[in-house]
Amino acid sequence: MSLQKQKNPMSVQEPRERIKNFKEVALGYTPEEAINEAWRCLQCPTAPCVTGCPVEVPIPDFIKAVREENFEQAIDIIKTKNNLPAICGRVCPQEEQCEKVCIMGKKNEPVAIGRLERFVGDYALQKTSDKNSTYNRTTAKKEAKVAIIGSGPAGLTAAADLAKEGYQVTIFEALHATGGVLRYGIPEFRLPKGIVDQEVTEIKKLGVDIRLNVIIGKTITIEELFTAGYQAIFIGTGAGLPKFLNIPGENLNGIYSANEFLTRVNLMKAYKFPEYKTPVKIGKRVAVVGGGNVAMDSARTALRLGAEEVSIIYRRSKNELPARQEEIEHAEEEGIIFRTLNNPVAFHGEKGRVTKVECIRMELGEKDGSGRPVPVSVEDSNWFLPVDSVIIAIGQTPNPLLTSTTGNLKTEAWGGITVDENLATSIPGVFAGGDIITGAATVIKAMGAGKKAARSIIEYLEKAK
Amino acid sequence: MYRIAEKESLAPGIKRIRVEAPLIARKTRPGNFIILRIDETDERIPLTVSDFDRDKGLISLIFQEVGYTTRKLGQLEVGDYIRDLVGPLGKHLDIEPYKKVICLGGGSGTALLYPKVKAFWQKGAEVFTITGARTGELVILEDELRGFSNELYITTDDGTYGYHGQVTDILDKLLQEHSDIDLILAIGPVPMMKAVVNITPPEIKTIVSLNALMVDGTGMCGGCRVTVNGETRFTCVDGPAFDGHQVDFDELINRLSFYKDTEDHLCKLDQLAREVEG
Repeated sequence: MSLQKQKNPMSVQEPRERIKNFKEVALGYTPEEAINEAWRCLQCPTAPCVTGCPVEVPIPDFIKAVREENFEQAIDIIKTKNNLPAICGRVCPQEEQCEKVCIMGKKNEPVAIGRLERFVGDYALQKTSDKNSTYNRTTAKKEAKVAIIGSGPAGLTAAADLAKEGYQVTIFEALHATGGVLRYGIPEFRLPKGIVDQEVTEIKKLGVDIRLNVIIGKTITIEELFTAGYQAIFIGTGAGLPKFLNIPGENLNGIYSANEFLTRVNLMKAYKFPEYKTPVKIGKRVAVVGGGNVAMDSARTALRLGAEEVSIIYRRSKNELPARQEEIEHAEEEGIIFRTLNNPVAFHGEKGRVTKVECIRMELGEKDGSGRPVPVSVEDSNWFLPVDSVIIAIGQTPNPLLTSTTGNLKTEAWGGITVDENLATSIPGVFAGGDIITGAATVIKAMGAGKKAARSIIEYLEKAK
Repeated sequence: MYRIAEKESLAPGIKRIRVEAPLIARKTRPGNFIILRIDETDERIPLTVSDFDRDKGLISLIFQEVGYTTRKLGQLEVGDYIRDLVGPLGKHLDIEPYKKVICLGGGSGTALLYPKVKAFWQKGAEVFTITGARTGELVILEDELRGFSNELYITTDDGTYGYHGQVTDILDKLLQEHSDIDLILAIGPVPMMKAVVNITPPEIKTIVSLNALMVDGTGMCGGCRVTVNGETRFTCVDGPAFDGHQVDFDELINRLSFYKDTEDHLCKLDQLAREVEG
């Protein structure tokens, strides 16, 4: 039997249809498609894909189980390393990780590992909601209490790993809902919130207690957590502070940070206004500044809210767009206009509302330290883009709410928490991981940090005995 | 879930509720605020904590029923629950030992002024308090304020009670009579705070408390940004109190107006629903 060179395609909602709704774009494999795809895996003994995965999922093993139609075994294999497969299967940049190093990918398309992971993750969620089953705790219950700050991907992962080892775990979340960026940042059409809910429910079944509406650093301090009997603490508070351009006119009405825009739509469900009472106003012409995944999410969300013309303004060229290729393709299919090699220099408005973005054209110069060409502005090339609203998606920095109220917690100049190679902070018993130590990165990297921190915490607690 | 333990009406459309929130009560200091969401489908709104009882674990919230959410909040009764409540948020106001202060409150802002009036008085300051309302029946906390003020002035826009005119008329008079005022504190509608700052000499420290629109209240959304001394600041984490002489009030007034139409729409729908239900 000759090997199929291309990935089995995954069906998607047609662009013309999907821009009118918030339903998921990519629809997932059927069992037949998944089994077919699983047969493309060479089961090579070196398994470079496993080392390409930040949480080291035993990829060939779970794919083998899929191939044998043993989906339950497949989920058990994934869950030894990854507690959130339905989420990772959707939002991981597999093309830069496991699939990048897949042997099949040398001559053909790599195995669609992400799609398979999603299939297995969804299968498991379907199964558990059908049977209301629960994973059996195999480890004996331990006395030590661990506090996890933030219920984003890093916190959820650390919590699950610690709970599986029998520790008493409590997650403290500042917002009224769990998930962190999975909830407020990534839109419904890319990661349905029902999936986040189900994955969180699975983690609760492991015995994890979740307390919403508690801001560590404000409602309760780190010191008080220790006093309350928590023996170790993990900080996974992410990078939640929006960056602005700091150019004239930025505080005009109609100019949002991507955080505000996406939070209104995703967390507060402004797309269901007036059933949900939080409004969002964008008008017909929207400009999104930035070229990452958050920019793509913002642009595609604007389209679904009824915008007629949505532009991405990015200062480098298309080749340097930091967003995932799949997201860029989806955005293009949906009609997003890419105005690359442009940079906003000012916003202009009428009656307090933004009406124009003043852009300057850019060209690419020498490569900088990151290996990317430096964008240089072209003199006297200013032009005006008429808009009704603007979304600034140029990155996030760590939120100082916790660090500024925790005196002896060492931080870096850019605001991140200082940690050693085991993710231990300057306070004994306090560990940190995810965007709060790296700056804005990916869901899977945060999960990798959550796993690592869990191991360090276990080691710390064992030593402290 | 956060239970409403007490409720009273202070004036038509102005209510005070005491809510069971022991963790927040334990940490709140004057000037802090909370964010609440009544039900799953509701907005998150910020409200300043007007008072707190650490022993009983209660926080007091005084609000004017001006929009959809505050009206809905006003309809909740003792024993009802608020789904989400988080805090304390914002920087609290340090009550330094000032000698002579003028405190101005406008509308329901007077409710938020009261704990500060009390704190200044207890720290030994000479306190001049001016409270303004649209009309006589909307004047609140008169007795409470009188108890902690050397002089209390009440103004109404329509002259139905107290002095007929604006709080700034009295402020102007006091500034002429006293050359040794070391702090002015103004809490109320933005146009009022702007007017106060306009007649206050720049050398007198003038603190205002801003009520910007916000979603999360923790610095995440940036919706509450204000220009202070030429720089963008977030009301939720850098404020809500700022040096009034440095605040760009016109920008704030503009930003506060952005969702006026959607708010009106919600209120209209709500009105309609009520009529249909009879």
